[in-house]
Amino acid sequence: MYAFTYHRPASSRQAAGLLAKKEDAKILAGGHTLLPTMKQRLAAPTALIDLGACGDLKGIVRKGRTVVIGAMSTHAEVAESAIVQEAIPGLAYLASHIGDPHVRHRGTIGGSVANNDPAADYPAALLALGATIVTNKRKLVADDFFTGLYETALEEGEIITKVVFPIVSRAGYAKFRNPASRYALVGVFVAKRGSDIRVAVTGAGEGGVFRWPEAEAALKARFAPKSLDGLKHPAKGINGDMHADPEYRAHLIGVMTKQAVAQATGK
Amino acid sequence: MATVSMTVNGKAVTASIDPRTLLVQYLRENLRLTGTHVGCDTSQCGACVVHIDGKAAKACTVLAVSLEGASVMTIEGLAMNGTLHPMQEAFREHHGLQCGFCTPGMIMSAVDIVNRRGHALDEKTIREDLDGNICRCTGYHNIVKAVAAGAEAMAGQSMDRKEPPRQAAE
Repeated sequence: MYAFTYHRPASSRQAAGLLAKKEDAKILAGGHTLLPTMKQRLAAPTALIDLGACGDLKGIVRKGRTVVIGAMSTHAEVAESAIVQEAIPGLAYLASHIGDPHVRHRGTIGGSVANNDPAADYPAALLALGATIVTNKRKLVADDFFTGLYETALEEGEIITKVVFPIVSRAGYAKFRNPASRYALVGVFVAKRGSDIRVAVTGAGEGGVFRWPEAEAALKARFAPKSLDGLKHPAKGINGDMHADPEYRAHLIGVMTKQAVAQATGK
Repeated sequence: MATVSMTVNGKAVTASIDPRTLLVQYLRENLRLTGTHVGCDTSQCGACVVHIDGKAAKACTVLAVSLEGASVMTIEGLAMNGTLHPMQEAFREHHGLQCGFCTPGMIMSAVDIVNRRGHALDEKTIREDLDGNICRCTGYHNIVKAVAAGAEAMAGQSMDRKEPPRQAAE
């Protein structure tokens, strides 16, 4: 790790002030991507602004027909939240399958979303549920937020403060995980909100998380695993690596989508 | 340099450290608590698992400086007055180790599982929750047996035995 100065602001407002002032500063949330990256010297910020003491970024509340999750909520807190389990059980399930128990005690939703790893779990949930990402400056819908591999619409000096999830009638997540990294080889989140069906795929796309319109259309007729029979995702634009080639990943998209729908419908 | 104060195994410690210092380095090199091991150093293997404010975490992926005011417990904090913690005793009894390198992390994770899931643990739960701990000798069989037995034995202990034996003096 290269040297850096360490800052521990007490609120997101103070954090934003520091971020604007310090050149080459980076935000530290749970640190479970940033610190390993810094250890490998792939990132070398000159200043770290730790959000760990920002009380305003914590907490999970239900607000009308939404669940609002503070950016510094850990994966374990989301997984164990009675509010999330009751309102959007598919989201609690997803959080309970990120990494391993120790990682879930430290990693945060804000960090995961801001990093937009193409194999991370949360981006699929945000995109399928039509979540809104709230920053210190504005609100962004998930469709506009995830713009590419590790790329988001976040601008310089912008900090995610919370994520707002609409409460949907049905939601489910299925992932075929890489057993070593625990990241998704392919992960699919499905959500049904009235007649609106959304299917989001992580781990597979060359450009990161994406929606699968053909599956959404098929599920609109009837929200059941059977509706997906015969539907195949093309291998074009799908990732290939030592773990799985594009054809295999494309096949897994279909399988995981069915499993996610089965989970969402309790079948 | 940055100053950080925390509680480690019930004792208040303050130090001036390079902000780059990882918790595991701080424990091993500053405090000479070498029971917490560095296995992979890439957040995979779990040999460095300690409890931070009562929750298991990988000490190779936490900056010591970020733990201002936190309470940390390491494997050295489990035994009391020369008597092994029930989970340590269970690992000895069931031979839940061979070379022993992963054992401190395994035991800290096992105690964390009991804290989260209670004393009656089935094999599936134990295996799933040991996901973040890798052992390269045993094949896990005896580790799983030890965790189940240790969890039961912990039920017979007083409540304050399960978590930091002493609270931080404010």
